[in-house]
Amino acid sequence: MSTAKTTTAGWSREQMARLAAEDIPDGSYVNLGIGIPELVAQSIPEGREMVFQTENGLLGMGPAPAPGTEDPELINAGKKPVTALPGAAYFHHADSFAMIRGGHIDICVLGAMQVAENGDLANWSTGEADAIPAVGGAMDLVAGVRRIVVITEHTTKNGEPKLVKSCTYPLTGKNVVSRIYSNLAVVDVTPKGFSLVKLAPGVTLDDVKAKTGAALHDGRSAEDGGPSQ
Amino acid sequence: MINKRVESAAAAVADIHDGATVMVGGFGEAGSPIELLHALIDHGAKNLTGVSNNTGSGRVGLAALIANGQVRKMICSFPRTANSMVFPELYRAGKIELELVPQGTLAERIRAGGAGVPAFYTATAVGTQLAAGKEVRSFDGREYVLERGLRADFSLVMADRADRYGNLTFRKTARNFGPIMCMAARKAIVQARQMVDAGGIDPEHVVTPGIFVDRVVVIPEPAQESILVKEGRSYP
Repeated sequence: MSTAKTTTAGWSREQMARLAAEDIPDGSYVNLGIGIPELVAQSIPEGREMVFQTENGLLGMGPAPAPGTEDPELINAGKKPVTALPGAAYFHHADSFAMIRGGHIDICVLGAMQVAENGDLANWSTGEADAIPAVGGAMDLVAGVRRIVVITEHTTKNGEPKLVKSCTYPLTGKNVVSRIYSNLAVVDVTPKGFSLVKLAPGVTLDDVKAKTGAALHDGRSAEDGGPSQ
Repeated sequence: MINKRVESAAAAVADIHDGATVMVGGFGEAGSPIELLHALIDHGAKNLTGVSNNTGSGRVGLAALIANGQVRKMICSFPRTANSMVFPELYRAGKIELELVPQGTLAERIRAGGAGVPAFYTATAVGTQLAAGKEVRSFDGREYVLERGLRADFSLVMADRADRYGNLTFRKTARNFGPIMCMAARKAIVQARQMVDAGGIDPEHVVTPGIFVDRVVVIPEPAQESILVKEGRSYP
């Protein structure tokens, strides 16, 4: 049993995924992290084509198969059953990570524990002494994919900011995140720090500032409610 | 005449010695050579260094090999998954060593090892804990960390079809680490679902050329790890 979230304002997970999907150009090669980022695949705008890569060796990944038709040898990086679309390709791990590390993937959508105002990302370890360290492909993705964006709740379950001045958790990569889609706002990482792109409905600039652990500049265009020049 | 087929999994793993480095293919259960792993448990070689993306699940396959006390150290990228408890318990108890490697670096270290490349530079992990103590060098204004190629005494790999020369095809995402682990091992040991006549695999479709393969044992219907785990099975 889970209790429903009592958020009165802001975007749902599906809406965050939709916003991220709308920003991905037609024809892009895309890698999606595990969790909320997976929803991006179901939110592609009409008439746009993207090719999804999963680092365990498939380009052209399709949706989950119908129940009863799962194939244990056709899975995604989260080890869940998927399908292969017409035009798909299978390959081994060195080729897969050559796509990633060689800069061939256009965009990667990841989850985050913390993002710092300089674009540092922490998303693999809390650094706790008894945790079993596990990194998977996260460090390769952030080092090699051309554009890294993050979908995350703006704060932790305890209300701590996830957008921070500097990460306290162990880093996945330095200065790698370009944009964050949170439940409250879309925020860019710029040379000047965090810059607001768009507010979720019913959310104010002050709300977001209060829940952000670093300075937040208002970089909105006039049509998105930003200050007029 | 070249014929790499061996008659049993037991014969295929019979010369794996104590202290060997053994690469184990698979990403989760996809491509995990479960029958070869069980044969290695029966064989009993100890003090092994395992190289694999994960550490197995339940108490079968790679997890069973670890549970049986045969593995001293794991080199891997993601040592815990939904149903893995063997490695986490031993790791917390200080009874097994872990070298944590980013997945792409692990794949490239294996590929490099197999290709005779002793070391290479990569941008992955620069500025993180996993680059601690490693040489960093700047090329064209960007920093890279030096990583070593990785070789093994043996690799255990699951393929789909094989011929007597050791040419292999794989199936879907069960390919994963198989081809590069065949390249990086002094003795690459393969379990395949099917043995076909020479020429039965179109040369255009060979994924791993036979030169990288030493032994092939036919396991027509390999066990499915997740089913064994669901049934609560353990090995031996």
